[in-house]
Amino acid sequence: MGERSTLMKDFWRGGELFVWMTASGVALSLMMVAGMLGLIMINGLGQFWPAALQETTLKTQETVIGQVVGEEVIPNSITPDSPAGQRRCRYRVGNRDQFGSEYRWINAADIVSSARPEDLTLVERREWGPAFGRITVGVEGAATGSASGSSWTTVKTLVERANQLRRRIEHLEREEIGSINYRIEKARLARHALTLNGRLAPADAEKDQRLLDQMTALERDYLVKTEALERLHKEAGQEVLFLTLSTGRSVRLSLDQVLAVSRPNGMHWGEKLLAYVRNLWLFVSSEPREANTEGGIFPAIFGTVLMVFLMTLAVMPFGVMAAVYLREYANQGLLVRLVRIAVNNLAGVPSIVFGVFGLAFFVYALGGTIDHWLFPEALPNPTFGTGGILWASLTLALLTVPVVIVATEEGLSAVPRDFREGSLGLGATKFETLRHVILPCALPGILTGLILAMARAAGEVAPLMLTGVVKLAPALPLDEYLPFLHLDRKFMHLGFHIYDVGFQSPNVEAAKPMVYMTTLILILVVVSLNWTAVRLRNRLRRRFAASAV
Amino acid sequence: MDIQIPSLSPTTPALSLRPTVPQPRLTRPHVAHGTSVDAKVLVRNLDFYYGQRQALFRVSLTVRTHSVTSFIGPSGCGKSTLLRCLNRMNDLVEGARAVGRVELDGVDIYDPAIDVTDLRKRVGMVFQKSNPFPKSIYDNVAYGPRLHGTKDKRSLDELVQHSLQGAGLWDEVKDRLMQSALGLSGGQQQRLCIARALAVQPDVILMDEPCSALDPIATGKIEELIYTLKNTYTVVIVTHNMQQAARVSDQCGFFLMGELVEFGDTKTIFTTPHDKRTEDYITGRFG
Repeated sequence: MGERSTLMKDFWRGGELFVWMTASGVALSLMMVAGMLGLIMINGLGQFWPAALQETTLKTQETVIGQVVGEEVIPNSITPDSPAGQRRCRYRVGNRDQFGSEYRWINAADIVSSARPEDLTLVERREWGPAFGRITVGVEGAATGSASGSSWTTVKTLVERANQLRRRIEHLEREEIGSINYRIEKARLARHALTLNGRLAPADAEKDQRLLDQMTALERDYLVKTEALERLHKEAGQEVLFLTLSTGRSVRLSLDQVLAVSRPNGMHWGEKLLAYVRNLWLFVSSEPREANTEGGIFPAIFGTVLMVFLMTLAVMPFGVMAAVYLREYANQGLLVRLVRIAVNNLAGVPSIVFGVFGLAFFVYALGGTIDHWLFPEALPNPTFGTGGILWASLTLALLTVPVVIVATEEGLSAVPRDFREGSLGLGATKFETLRHVILPCALPGILTGLILAMARAAGEVAPLMLTGVVKLAPALPLDEYLPFLHLDRKFMHLGFHIYDVGFQSPNVEAAKPMVYMTTLILILVVVSLNWTAVRLRNRLRRRFAASAV
Repeated sequence: MDIQIPSLSPTTPALSLRPTVPQPRLTRPHVAHGTSVDAKVLVRNLDFYYGQRQALFRVSLTVRTHSVTSFIGPSGCGKSTLLRCLNRMNDLVEGARAVGRVELDGVDIYDPAIDVTDLRKRVGMVFQKSNPFPKSIYDNVAYGPRLHGTKDKRSLDELVQHSLQGAGLWDEVKDRLMQSALGLSGGQQQRLCIARALAVQPDVILMDEPCSALDPIATGKIEELIYTLKNTYTVVIVTHNMQQAARVSDQCGFFLMGELVEFGDTKTIFTTPHDKRTEDYITGRFG
C-alpha cells in the first residue's frame, strides 16, 4: 500500500505525464499537417492520371460511357433484408454540351454489363470540357465505322496538325497582331498627348504627322495580318472529326476545337505514366481555359512569385531601416515604447483593412495623382489609378512590415555588446560599427523576418482582391515590351485562383481537383520561397559562427 | 616564447585634440610618482556617476609614458569604471556622467570639442572577454586601419603583419590569415584583440582584466606580451590577480568603494603600503 502510493507520488513528481502530454501535442500537430498534405495530394494529383473509360449497359437498355470517379452506399438503403445497403457509382460522362451535366449517379443494381473497349476515346476540347465516345473520320453524314488501326493514326495526325495550326494562330494573334496593336496604341496616346492642351502647337505639327504616318502604316500591316489570320482560321475549321456518343448520336467535332485525343483503355502503364507527367507539366506551364476550370495555372504561379518578390524589395529596406532607428538611434523612452506597441499591433490588424487602405491610398490617391501628372494622355482610362501588381505588392509590404521590424530588432539586440564595444574601442563611429559589424551579424535575424514576411504575404488574398488581382489577366506583368516589367498591370494569384475556381466557377464538380491542385502548388511555391531564404540564412549563420572553440 | 618587438611608431600626432591651458601641478599626497614631464594620462579630481549612483570619488593619478600601470581592488570598486573613463567608453552607458578632468598629453579628453573616435584611436582597448569580430583573422586586424583610411593593399598587409607580430601571434596564424577568427583558441583570440588594437597605432592601451578568462599558459603569454608592449606603448591594466599586478606593472593603484586608496610604485605598494586597507587587501585579509 505504502509502496504503491510512493510510486504514484514519484509518477506525479517525475513529470512523466507531462512529457507524454507535450509529446502527444507535437504528434497531433504533425499528424494534422501530414493529413492535410495527404488529403490535398490525393484529391489533387489523381486528376492527371488517365483513368479508364467504362462502357456500361443499364437495365433500361441505355449505354453510358464515362470514368468512374466515386462510389458510395446509397443513404437510407440499409434495411434488414440488405444489411450492406445498395451501392451507387458516380460516372463522369463528359459531353456537357450534349447531356447538360458532366456527372451522373448510376445505381449498382441497374447495371447489366460493364466493359472497357479499347476504341473508347477521350477528346479534350477547347470548350465544354471533355467528350467521351468513339471517333470516326470522314465526310459529314457518312460516318459509320469506328476509327481503328490505321484510321486512329490518321486521327492522331489530324489532331497534331490542328494543334500546329493553332499554335501558329496563337503566335499570329498574340505576338504579331498584339505587337502591332501595342504600337498603334502607343502612337495614338502620343498623338493625344500633343493635343492635350486644346490644340496642336505648330512646333509639334511635324511630329504629329510622323505619328499619323506611322499609325497608317501599322494599320495597313494590321489588315494584312488579320487576313492571314482569317485564312488560318478557315484552314483550321475545315477538318472535321465525328464522335459517336453513348446514346448512338454522332456529333460533329471541328478540329480547331480539339486539343488532344487519347484512348486510356489501350494504354499500358508506361504510356499512362508519360501521359500523367505530360498532364502535370501542362497544368503548371499553360494558361487557364474555360473560366479557369480547365487548362493550367502558369499566370497565377508567375503572378504570385513576382508579387512576393516585389513585396520583398519594398519591405526589406523599409523595415530594416525602421528597426535600426528604433533599436540603435532612438532614445529608449516612452515614445519608442508606444511606437513598438503600435508596430506589434499593426501585425494583428485584419488584412482586409490593409486592402481598403491600399485601395484608398495607393490606388486612388497615389495612382490617381500619378495618372494625372504622368499619363494624362490615357485618361479617362486609368494607368496606375486602378489595381495593379505594384499597388498589391506595396499593400502587402505594409502588411508585413511589422514582422520585419520585430525580427530585425531581435536580430540587432542579439548581437553581443562585446562586438559593439570592440568596434567603438578601435575608434569606429556608431555608423561604421553598425555597417561593418552589427548589421552583418544581425543578417540571419533579418532574414528570419524576411522568411516570415514572405510566408504571410504569399498566403494573403483578401487585400489583393481590392488592389489588383483578377480572375483572368490578359497579359503577364513581365514581357518583351519596354519597360519589360509592367507594374501597372493586373495579375493572377494562386490564392485568389483557389477561391475563384472553387466557388465562382460554372462547373464546380469538374473544378474540384483543380482547387486541390492549385492549393498544392501554392503550398509548394511558399515552401520553396521559404526554403531558398532559409538556405541563405544558414549559409550566413555558418559564416558568422564558424566553429567557436 | 619569442616575442618580437613591434616596429610601430607611437609618435602619432596630437590629432584633433584641442590644446588647453598649461597643466597645473599635481598636489595629491598619495601620488608618490609621476612628475608632469613624462605624464601620459592625468586624472584629476574625477567623480563619476551612473545615474544617481556615484562610482568614483575624487580620483587623481598620473600614468607615466612607456610604463605599465595596474589597477587592483575588489569587485565593484570602480577600477574598470576608471579605465573606461580614459577612452570615454562610459559614454555608451546611459545616464553616465563624469565630473573632473582627464588629460591625455595635456589635453582634456572630456572637452566637448574632442572627437571621441580620434581619442579612441589613440587610446586602444582590450576587453575582459575576447571579442574578435566574426570575420577572418586578417579582416579583424585590418578593421581599424581600414576605417581610418588605409586602403592600399600593401601597407595594409604590412600593418597586419606588424600588429600580429607585436601581439606575438604572427607565427601561429600566418598560414591561415583568411580563416575565421572564431576558430582560434581563447588565448589566441585575446592576443588577436591586442593585435587589432595595435593596428590602429595607439599611444595608450587599456586592458580590462585581459586574462580573467584564460588558462595559466595563455595568461603567461599575455603577461610577457604586456612586458614588451611597454617599450612602445603606455599600458594600463585592470586585474583581479594581485600576482599579475606585481609581475607586470611598474605602478599600481588600489581602489576601494570608488576611492583610490593608494597609488604608487608597485614595489612599494606590495612591500610597504602606507594605508592599512591596502595592506589588508594585499595580504588577503579581505577582498
